[in-house]
Amino acid sequence: MAIHKGRGFACINYPIGMNLGGDPSQALVHSTPDGKFMVSLSSIDLGQGMKSVTRQIAAETLGVPVSDVYVDTADSDTGPHCMGSFASRGTHRVGNAVIRAATEARKALLEAAAEELEVNATDLETDGQGNIQVKGAPGRTITVADTAIAAQFKQGRTLSGRGIFLIPPSDVDPDTGEMTPVSCFAHAALVVDLEVDDETGEVSVTEINSAYEVGRALNPRLVEQQLIGGAWMGVSHALYETTEPYYPDRSHGPVDFNTYLMPGPGEVVNHNIAVLERPAEDAPFGGKGPGEMCANPVLPAIANAVYNAVGVRCDTLPITPEKVLRGILANGGARPQGAR
Amino acid sequence: MSSVEFRKDLFADERDDNLQEIGKPTRRQDILGHVTGRSPYYDDHLFDGLLHMRCVRSPHHHARIRSIDTSQAERMPGVVRVVLARDVPNNLNTLLSLINFGKDEEKLIQDTKVAYVGEPVAAIIAETEGQARDACAAVRVDYEVLPHVLDPEASLKPDAPVVNEIYPNNTFDYHDLYDHQKLRFGDVEKGFSEADHIVEGEYQMSPIEQAPIETCGAIAAPETNDRFVCYTSTQALFFSLGTTAKLLNMASSRLHFVGGTVGGGFGGKVDSIVEPLSVLGAVLTGRPVKFMWDRAEEMQVGAPRGAERWRIKDGVARDGRILARTFTGFFDAGAYTRLSSYAIIKCTGHIPGPYSIPNVASNVYCVFTNRTPATAMRGFGITGVDFAIECHMDKVAETVGLNPIELRILNAYRDGDMKPHRRLAKNTALIECCQVASQKSGWAISADAARQSSLTGGGGSRADIPESITDSVGRIGERRRTDIPTEPGMGAASRGRVAAGTQGIPIVAAAPQDEDMITDPARMGFRHAPVAPSQPGATPSSPVPPSAAPSAAPVPPQQNAPAPQPAPPQQPAAPQPPQATPDPAPAPYKPEQPFSRGVKRPGVSRFLSGSRRR
Repeated sequence: MAIHKGRGFACINYPIGMNLGGDPSQALVHSTPDGKFMVSLSSIDLGQGMKSVTRQIAAETLGVPVSDVYVDTADSDTGPHCMGSFASRGTHRVGNAVIRAATEARKALLEAAAEELEVNATDLETDGQGNIQVKGAPGRTITVADTAIAAQFKQGRTLSGRGIFLIPPSDVDPDTGEMTPVSCFAHAALVVDLEVDDETGEVSVTEINSAYEVGRALNPRLVEQQLIGGAWMGVSHALYETTEPYYPDRSHGPVDFNTYLMPGPGEVVNHNIAVLERPAEDAPFGGKGPGEMCANPVLPAIANAVYNAVGVRCDTLPITPEKVLRGILANGGARPQGAR
Repeated sequence: MSSVEFRKDLFADERDDNLQEIGKPTRRQDILGHVTGRSPYYDDHLFDGLLHMRCVRSPHHHARIRSIDTSQAERMPGVVRVVLARDVPNNLNTLLSLINFGKDEEKLIQDTKVAYVGEPVAAIIAETEGQARDACAAVRVDYEVLPHVLDPEASLKPDAPVVNEIYPNNTFDYHDLYDHQKLRFGDVEKGFSEADHIVEGEYQMSPIEQAPIETCGAIAAPETNDRFVCYTSTQALFFSLGTTAKLLNMASSRLHFVGGTVGGGFGGKVDSIVEPLSVLGAVLTGRPVKFMWDRAEEMQVGAPRGAERWRIKDGVARDGRILARTFTGFFDAGAYTRLSSYAIIKCTGHIPGPYSIPNVASNVYCVFTNRTPATAMRGFGITGVDFAIECHMDKVAETVGLNPIELRILNAYRDGDMKPHRRLAKNTALIECCQVASQKSGWAISADAARQSSLTGGGGSRADIPESITDSVGRIGERRRTDIPTEPGMGAASRGRVAAGTQGIPIVAAAPQDEDMITDPARMGFRHAPVAPSQPGATPSSPVPPSAAPSAAPVPPQQNAPAPQPAPPQQPAAPQPPQATPDPAPAPYKPEQPFSRGVKRPGVSRFLSGSRRR
């Protein structure tokens, strides 16, 4: 009886934002009386950071500090239409809608500032710190706040913008499957190291080394949070989770967290991540949604590592100790496939 | 411990990293509320006189409802209202009817037949949740138990019980034509015959629960203006709103939906069941009503990630190149479609994974069985097939005796390659991910594999669409009459050919409706990315290509052949962002195309064209 080390690899790509339904999202941006900006959406923040990312996108596009931007969302009376937060479409669809809305609002902002400074709007630039200045003449400047006040109370302008992003529905050919399925693809590759106990059949994942290509990490901390959480979910899917342990038989279905197994904090795996960024041309600042794809490569990499460790192919998920032991038994003992 | 590094050295010449806010680790604005327990969830919107709704559920996999006796339940303490199927104004729906996909097939509350354990047949609204539970237990339902089917392949057999009468063949109807979605690219039989090895495998993805800490729920209440407010845990506000309006046959403007902090979604909060039930309760009682799944309902009645079964067959050359690959996939949708039909389309567009394979075919089935309907979960339509593909790649590597990472790099898709769904690959990075994972783990690959790049080596003949073999096997209803094979290309029915190079029009984003919404590419963080190969049929209908950012150059006139140039080799990064990008030339005037705001017509004043007056 022994502990066998195994190493497995998998790589994937992931479609970002489905085009097949014609699923629009809208955004509205307007300035508040004190020169801050409000982004109105009806998109849902599931904890992934939708509100944070759209806030950063709005601030960057407007050319104002992120602290001057607020996101108001998830009320169907005040936010314009959004299909929802699914299919890795939040950052892509809503982000693009916010860019368009913030672009229009920026135009109004610069035109109002131009009137105050008595210059042409095309000669103005924002410094990202809350000021608008004449290009090449840093002395001639006005704050965004003063501009907003002048626009509203003196010039009678709104500093606001509208945005919608829609990719029209793509037909699918019944005979060939031809379609324009998605907007862009994220990528990942990873190596899983694990140990298999040939007495208990238990699998312990010890380390993951990964590379995730996400277009652009719009917020690196949120990306990190997604990738670490996603890898945890991948381990959980591979080794623990099922609502029907004897599928297709429906018996013994779990009804609570005592019987629905998931790894706890103690089983969070050491994970060394490299983030690659190859911006996608139609994505906001090139960013692809990292959230959905990050669990996917973990499942097959674990299955491949189990085979490497003890020579058992577990082609049915989850890879329970029972399946590993039955596989070892069928093979007449563990058959390590060699160090990698 | 975990670590994160950002490999800014890779693809550096395609990015401008000098942005003000993008790329910064800004702390989320709502974090303080989350960590101090003050963020409001839907369940925090408690009302005076809040009523509670619970469902009476089927104990059988499949049964006809002879009668429902609620007389005892109605007399139970605290019971305000018993809700039956006849109380639902428009009691038949399918979720994706909002995007016009599929037939209405699922009742909010059943009255004729149950098709899975847990299907609701009645609901009780009571003063307390406990009273509602007690009254549910007092409802007597007389069932005639029917034979059931739980395995998707058994469900395809001619004698299998009919799960869902709207789809009497136990499969979702694709395009009013086939009982599955086909993908056909090249000639897989020819590919297999040229191969040195055939590698086959079968893979099974388990049903998995989204497992949010906050179970699905909603609180609805009448507003004073003849409207109803609904606080909900939904992931998709207008999806749930639209579904509620349809089921309750109510103008959507009479509904005010408020979402917000969600206690975990992962795909399980799109199905829009709790919202119509709670609003229906508020309509029927005139009082605020809460409907929330308990943990057992969340796990066994709430739709999980569905089970998937996959069979893959590869024809492989001695050197590891995959010459042909076929897929046969079965999505176990459970008793109703929910979103499974859509996931199969997404999956078909994803096949064969991130690899360039000259001959590919797949048949993917959305199969109805007598189990809890399946729905979306993180990676929907992709997680299961990726598990199959990547396990299979290791079997191929073992068969040909190659390092598994090198096998992936050898077969990886690259910029300019034609994908089986007949669109060119662009912006690819699989090879670089493989190389970095190899470096980080110390799992060595050959010098040749380490030299490869996603930017080069694609395109050319790899951009061609081959002549493709099609077939008409699996027409709707055919499988019900006779047992026919499920694999692609099998069976005796007529074969067809689609000529090489055949490709339709790629779909691109609708252009900004107003020129004020068109972004300045220089501010969007892109550097001179390789120009995407032009595709036939691309429609330059706006001053700037709709994809806006990287290639501000006008789309060249259309060419007959796709002729994608391989991406130019990497060049040293330009010293400054491309501010000097020349103004995009106006798109050629196309009288046959609908005139839209923002398009400048030659010779017409800008004011009349609808452009903003400066």
